[in-house]
Amino acid sequence: MLKDITIGQYIPGNSIVHRLDPRVKMINIIILIISLFLIGRFTGFAIFLAFVIFTILISDLPVKRVLNGLKPIFFLILITLVLHIFLTKGGTVFWQWRFISIEEEGIYTGLFMVSRILLLIMFTSILTLTTSPLQLTDGIEYLLSPLKRFGVPASELSMMMTIALRFIPTLLEEADKIMKAQMARGADFESGNIIQRARNLIPLLVPLFISAFRRADDLALAMESRCYQGGEGRTRLHELKVQKHDIVSLVISSVIAIIVSFY
Amino acid sequence: MKGVEYEYKGLTEPALKNINFSVNAGEFISIIGSNGSGKSTLAKLLNVLLLPARGEILVNGLSTSNEENRSKIRQNVGMVFQNPDNQLVATMVEDDVAFGPENLGIPGPEIRARVDNALKMVDMDGFQRYSPHKLSGGQKQRVAIAGIIAMEPSCVVLDEPTAMLDPRGRKEVMDTISYLNREKKITIIYITHFMEEASLADKIFVMHRGQIINTGTPEQIFKDIRSLKEVNLDVPLVVELAESLRKEGFSVPGVMSIDGLVNYICS
Amino acid sequence: MFIELKNIFHEYNQDQLVKALVDINLSITGSEFIGLVGHTGSGKSTLVQLLNGLIKPTRGQIIIDGIDITAEKVNLNRIRQKIGLVFQYPEHQLFEETVYEDVAFGPRNLDLNEVEVKKRVEESLALVGLEYEKIKDRSPFNLSGGQQRKVAIAGVLAMKPGVLILDEPSAGLDPRGRDQLIDLLYNLHFEYEMTIILISHRMEEIARLATRVLVLDHGKLVLDGSPQEVFSNRKKMQELGLDLPQITDILHRLRERGFDNIRTDIFTISEASREIVTELRRRD
Repeated sequence: MLKDITIGQYIPGNSIVHRLDPRVKMINIIILIISLFLIGRFTGFAIFLAFVIFTILISDLPVKRVLNGLKPIFFLILITLVLHIFLTKGGTVFWQWRFISIEEEGIYTGLFMVSRILLLIMFTSILTLTTSPLQLTDGIEYLLSPLKRFGVPASELSMMMTIALRFIPTLLEEADKIMKAQMARGADFESGNIIQRARNLIPLLVPLFISAFRRADDLALAMESRCYQGGEGRTRLHELKVQKHDIVSLVISSVIAIIVSFY
Repeated sequence: MKGVEYEYKGLTEPALKNINFSVNAGEFISIIGSNGSGKSTLAKLLNVLLLPARGEILVNGLSTSNEENRSKIRQNVGMVFQNPDNQLVATMVEDDVAFGPENLGIPGPEIRARVDNALKMVDMDGFQRYSPHKLSGGQKQRVAIAGIIAMEPSCVVLDEPTAMLDPRGRKEVMDTISYLNREKKITIIYITHFMEEASLADKIFVMHRGQIINTGTPEQIFKDIRSLKEVNLDVPLVVELAESLRKEGFSVPGVMSIDGLVNYICS
Repeated sequence: MFIELKNIFHEYNQDQLVKALVDINLSITGSEFIGLVGHTGSGKSTLVQLLNGLIKPTRGQIIIDGIDITAEKVNLNRIRQKIGLVFQYPEHQLFEETVYEDVAFGPRNLDLNEVEVKKRVEESLALVGLEYEKIKDRSPFNLSGGQQRKVAIAGVLAMKPGVLILDEPSAGLDPRGRDQLIDLLYNLHFEYEMTIILISHRMEEIARLATRVLVLDHGKLVLDGSPQEVFSNRKKMQELGLDLPQITDILHRLRERGFDNIRTDIFTISEASREIVTELRRRD
C-alpha cells in the first residue's frame, strides 16, 4: 500500500528536452514565467499555448500525463474564475439579480487569469516530467552556488535532497513492515475517531523514528569514513556542461518571451 | 596498534583494553568475537571514526591521532558496514560509487573510469544507472564495496558485512572479498560471526571483553574447541566433525573445508 | 489447531503482476514443527502473511480452525491472536517506554483485564528466559540486541497463539544468542506443544528442529516432507540452488566417492561421526 507512492513524476526519455542541461531548463522556465505575467492580450496566450504544445510534442510526453498535472489545481481555477466573474465590474452588464451581477470585465479578467494559471502549471510540469530529481537537485545546487558567498550552503542543501530521495522508499517500506508487525499484535490502524486514530499511530511512528535516527547515525558514519567533509573541494562525476542545443533553447525561449510580452 | 585502549562514556568497563597487533600489507585477517566483545570499536579506530584513549594506531606509518593524517588514512583504509541500506548515499549506483572519489576531489573523467572499474571488480558492471533501492542485499553490499574500491585503498575493513544477507548474498560478498585479496592484493580485515567465513582468512584474531585473547591461523584457532566455546563462539562444523573422528583414533589433519575432510576420509 | 490452504494464488503489484504464490495446497496439523525454506523472493514471507490475515490471497481459501479467513467480514483479530507472527528483526517494532508495557501491548489489544495482562507478561518473559522483576521496568531501547529480540518475541507469545510463525529469528545473533533461540523454539514446541513455522536460511537449524520441511521456489511448493526426505534429495536441492545441512552434504559427498552404503539422513555431528567410523572400519 505505502510502497506504491512515487516520488516526483519524472518520465525517463531521450528527447532533446530531456537532454537539456537542467540549469538551462530552469533558466528557460524562469524567463518564460516572467513573460507569462507580462502578457497583456489573449493572442499572447495563444502563442504561448502553441509553444507549450510544441514543447510537449518534441519531448515525447504523453499529453494525458501533462493534463493530469492540472487536476489538483482544478478547484483553484474554479474559484479564481467564479470570484472574478462575480466581483470584477465594468463593461456591459450581462446579468443582474439584486446586487449580484455578471459584467463583461469580470468574464474577461477571469478567463485571463485562468489561462495564465493553466499555462504556468502545464509549463512547469514539463520541467518535472522531463528532469530526474537528481538532475533537478544538481541544477538547483549550481544555480544557488553564487549565493555561497553569502553563506547559503548550496551543496549541503543538495546533498540533503539527494539523501532524502534515496531514503524515502526505504522508509516507506519500513513503515509498511512495522505496520504489519503491529497489526499482527492486534493493533488497529483503521477504525475510531481522529483522536483515537492518531493515538493508534504511536506504535508505528515511534519505531519508525527510532529507525530513521539509527539510519541517519549509520549513514553519517559511512559518509565520514568515505572522506565526506562538506561541499568544499568536492568534484562531480556528472559535470554539467552547457552545449549548443542549450544555447539554442535559450535563444528560442527569449524570442518567445519577448514576442508574447510586448505583442 | 600499540597498547590501544578505548572507553565509551558512561560505561564502567573499557571497550578495548591493551590491544597490540600488526597487520602486513596483503594479509587477510578475520576478527571473531561475540556481541559486545569490542570488534566494531576496533574497526572504527582503524578508520579514524574513533580515536584511542591511550596508545597509538599507525596506518602505513601515519598515526591516526594526528588530525592532518585523517583524510589520508580514511582514503587508505576503506570501511564497509553491516547494514547495506544505511551506507548507500545516492539514488543511482554510479553516483554512490562516485561519492568517495568526489570527496577526494578527483577530476570528473577519472572518477568515471574508477567507478566503472570498481563496479567491474565487484561484478556489478551494467548496474550503473540502477537505483540501489531495487537491488538485493548482496548486490547492495557489493556496490558499497565498489564505493570503497573506487577510492583506491590499500586496506578494506569490513564490519560483519554478511550479517543481514541470505546465503546467496553472503557467497557473493565472500567471493568478492577473496578476489580483492587474492587478485588485487588488497589487505582485508574482516569481522564476522560466521566461523565458516573466518576460516578463509590467513589469520584469525579472537576477541573477548575488549581484548584479543588469541591469534593464529584458522587451523590453530579452531583446534581449541573448548576455549572458543567458553567465549560464546563456535567452530565450523567440519572442524568439529574432524575432532570427533580424531577421538575415535583417526589421525585427521587440521582440515578447514568440507572438501578437505571428504578427501581425507576417502584416502 | 488445523490449517488448510486450498489452491492459493497470490499476485501483487497490479501493473506487473508479480506472481508471489502459485497454486499452494497445504494442510498443517497441530503437532507439527515446520521448516519453511527457499530463496529470498520465493514467496515465504507472502505465505506467512497470508496465514496471519495481513494480506488476502488473489484466489483460494485459507481455513484456520474451521474458519475461512479469506471470507468477507471475518474477525481478523481473532485469527491474529491464534497465529502469532514474529517478523524479521522483531526488535525494530518495540515502541513502549518499558518492557512491561511493550509486551502488554498485544494482550491489551485483546481487551483482557489487567490481572490477566500482567499474568501473560510474566509468563511470556519467563518463557524467553528473561527475569520479570529485573527487566519489566527497563526501557527496551537500553537492552542488548539479543535481549531486545527476546522481548519482541515475548510480545507475540503474550497473545498466547496456538501457532507461532518466525521469519529468520536468528539473523544477526551471535552463536550463543542463536543457541538460546533454538532452545526456546525447541521448548515451545516439544514442551508447550505449540505449532511452529520457522523460516530460516540456516539448514542446520531446520534439520535440528523441524518435523516437516516445506521448500518454496518462485512461489511454488516444490518439496514437502520430513527433513530426512527433503535433505536426502540432494539433486533437487542443488537444482534449486539451496544449501544442505553441512553434515548431510559431507555424507552425500562420501557416498558419491564410493561409500555406497553410508546413510545421508543424519544431521548431528555425533551420529555422523559414528556412521563414518563404522563405514571406515568396514572398509579395513
